Amino acid sequence: MLDVSLGILRRDLLLALRRRSDVATALLFFLIVASLFPLGVGAEPNQLRAIAPGVIWVAALLSSMLSLSHLFADDHADGTLEQMLLGAAPLGVVVAAKALAHWLVCGLPLVLVSPLIALQYDLPGGLHGVLALSLALGTPVLSLVGAIGAALTLGLRGGGVLLSLLVLPLYVPVLIIGAGSVEMAAAGQGGMGQLLLLGALLAVAAVFAPWASAAALRISAE
Amino acid sequence: MKWFWYASPETFFPLAGRLAYGCGIAAALLAVAGLYVGFFVAPTDATQGEVYRIIFIHVPAAWMSMLLYLAMAFWAALGLALNTRLSGMMARAIAPSGALFTFIALWTGALWGKPTWGAYWVWDARLTSELILLFLYLGFMALQASIDDRRRSDRAGAVLAIVGAVNVPIIYFSVQWWNTLHQGASVSFAKAPSMAATMFTGMILMVLAFWMYSFAVTFVRVRCLIREQG
Repeated sequence: MLDVSLGILRRDLLLALRRRSDVATALLFFLIVASLFPLGVGAEPNQLRAIAPGVIWVAALLSSMLSLSHLFADDHADGTLEQMLLGAAPLGVVVAAKALAHWLVCGLPLVLVSPLIALQYDLPGGLHGVLALSLALGTPVLSLVGAIGAALTLGLRGGGVLLSLLVLPLYVPVLIIGAGSVEMAAAGQGGMGQLLLLGALLAVAAVFAPWASAAALRISAE
Repeated sequence: MKWFWYASPETFFPLAGRLAYGCGIAAALLAVAGLYVGFFVAPTDATQGEVYRIIFIHVPAAWMSMLLYLAMAFWAALGLALNTRLSGMMARAIAPSGALFTFIALWTGALWGKPTWGAYWVWDARLTSELILLFLYLGFMALQASIDDRRRSDRAGAVLAIVGAVNVPIIYFSVQWWNTLHQGASVSFAKAPSMAATMFTGMILMVLAFWMYSFAVTFVRVRCLIREQG
């Protein structure tokens, strides 16, 4: 089982490495959205500091969601997905490995670049770590839950827009708790409680989401 | 009692017709009685005046909106587990009613909020989670509408409904927590004044009317779905 997941992980990462522009697009989207907000609401530092956690988290949500449609679509198009469905390896493990690869390619860069955005928004230095940590715990949940939506909308017309309609309401708890952790830390109460909650969400999503995605994939590929 | 006798669309079709008829009449009678009690018998509220009377629409609609989501998820899960065709049709038939009641609850809530809180929309935990519930309903309906193959559509919708049902409590509690973080509870339902007996009667009558309406409409829709698939 570990062999299978490592194999899938390596393959997906290799594919991502061959198509670097896809990876760069998600990251660039994140940077651009985060940079648009000050242009819209004005560059008053106190205001920027106040909206920073929410804006950065919303940008992360959208960026993660936009790259979801690639998760299964390419494999579906070239027939690899059918082989995965027929293969001996449990489908849940395959899906979990693909979600992990998606996070490494689309989520981890956001975590790494988040201190840079935090600087743009003039967040105090102590909060950069909390922000990065909350993103590191929260974005995997987005990949896992998003995989369900990606599996459900596989091969449908208007799949991209539909995907956002399905997935964004399910992202709400992650957004609230993730942005809340930074705000709590900014208020001097420490964000530990929220970070623990995010960790709990991650644990729950890691157990149940691959299973639900596998069921959705079987339905879509019938 | 043979539960599975009516699991076949063929045998359920005539039963649904009779039930829809009965429930429809019951809904009309209950609604007339409930509205009469609500508008003419129930006393004027001491603090809110006449405007509170929207409660007779608002509260039943909010209850139904949540209940119908659970009912929808229940039928969807049953359809996924037992592979019965009728279960999928039930889930599909319930969704529009649920979305309608969610919308009514939000709309009447806004109309109620303006005179009492001074704003049409407040980011209260209940309003916000109700709004997200509406999005969940719309997502379910959009997903089912975009899949032409009925069987795949039912099963895909079922997975989404179950995932949504698991998420609803998480969303509710996270929104509640977020609300307490952002604004010191500006709107509190905790100190709800004890209700006059006639107000309560009116509300219960309206709840029953909404129940009967949901049954009737669902049965009519199921009949249409059965005919469509014929």
